[in-house]
Amino acid sequence: MPESPLAAAKPPVPTLGELFHGFLAIALTGFGGVLPWARIELVEKRRWLSGEQFAGDLALAQFLPGPNIVNLSILIGARFHGPLGAIVCTLGLIGAPVALMIVCGALYSRYSDVVWLRGSLAGLGAAAAGLLISLAAKLALPLLHGRRAPSLVFALITFVAVALARVPLYWVVALLAPVSIAVFWWRAK
Amino acid sequence: MKDDSALSTFLLQLVFLSFVSIGGINAAVPELHRQVVETNRWLSEQQFTDFFAIANAAPGPNLLIVTLIGYQLGGFVGALAATASLCTPTCLLTYFVAHAWERFKDAPLRIAIQAGLVPVTVGLVAATAYLIARTADQNPAAIAISAATAALAYFTRVHPLWAFAAAAALGFAGLV
Repeated sequence: MPESPLAAAKPPVPTLGELFHGFLAIALTGFGGVLPWARIELVEKRRWLSGEQFAGDLALAQFLPGPNIVNLSILIGARFHGPLGAIVCTLGLIGAPVALMIVCGALYSRYSDVVWLRGSLAGLGAAAAGLLISLAAKLALPLLHGRRAPSLVFALITFVAVALARVPLYWVVALLAPVSIAVFWWRAK
Repeated sequence: MKDDSALSTFLLQLVFLSFVSIGGINAAVPELHRQVVETNRWLSEQQFTDFFAIANAAPGPNLLIVTLIGYQLGGFVGALAATASLCTPTCLLTYFVAHAWERFKDAPLRIAIQAGLVPVTVGLVAATAYLIARTADQNPAAIAISAATAALAYFTRVHPLWAFAAAAALGFAGLV
């Protein structure tokens, strides 16, 4: 059968090797958080997914527990090549960074007392704290608008319980999440 | 420190942590800190903050802090086992939930679950910020770096890596 123009316009299914390379590229360019790079690589450069598909996959990856980007790699790998695709994407994503961390861990245990390294780590720690503060603020901002008072209360209770009272996360999630979900469920009716 | 019982306890904790880290690994850091620093004293406050900083400054997902703690407790094998313990349970969950999710896309309960989890995630990320800042911001220079990074990341589209590079250079020069 001759190739129809329609079939030619459809993006080809990436091979396992291409999937591995794609997620490796995401991992290695993804300094300080990988998600923005994932969108650029998967949607804009390689066109494996439409923007809409990406948003849908991301919503699920963030909704499920665990590292968001790893969940995302599972979803995309599984869509193209089933379980094997999922494994290949995840290995592409975390393989090189994990190897790098092992090197960092070895260097750290030997040289963490060296003055200039202590200084650099102190600077990095302060920057990491700043980045987290901005992330928390960006996440909290939508809760301040409109009739979102219950959201703010739940966020505040979570913060006080986990950061100040040091209640185990399991208790907070087991007790607070169902109440919060119930409130949204009841308000939606 | 190479301690097999510490490593196996840590691995088991990661499996549980994997299921309650709603909103990603940043939401799980307070619990990680509670178990690793406060309850079991495997790491000092300073080591924990250092590991968090290294994992954030390096390329790749933020979950790498777990790889570093695993290395500290059990060397090469510990690093790999810790990473696998954190990722495998939720990878399996994601794989099997994917189909059900598509089917219930517009179900009101699904929307309520998603909306209801957001405030909890916000509180958890704020708690992580508090715990890391408490150890990292011990002097005026460090506080200034945190404030500048937060402002840069919040108000501009400048890549945070520049803030990390500048902060590391200031520290290297002995100014932090």
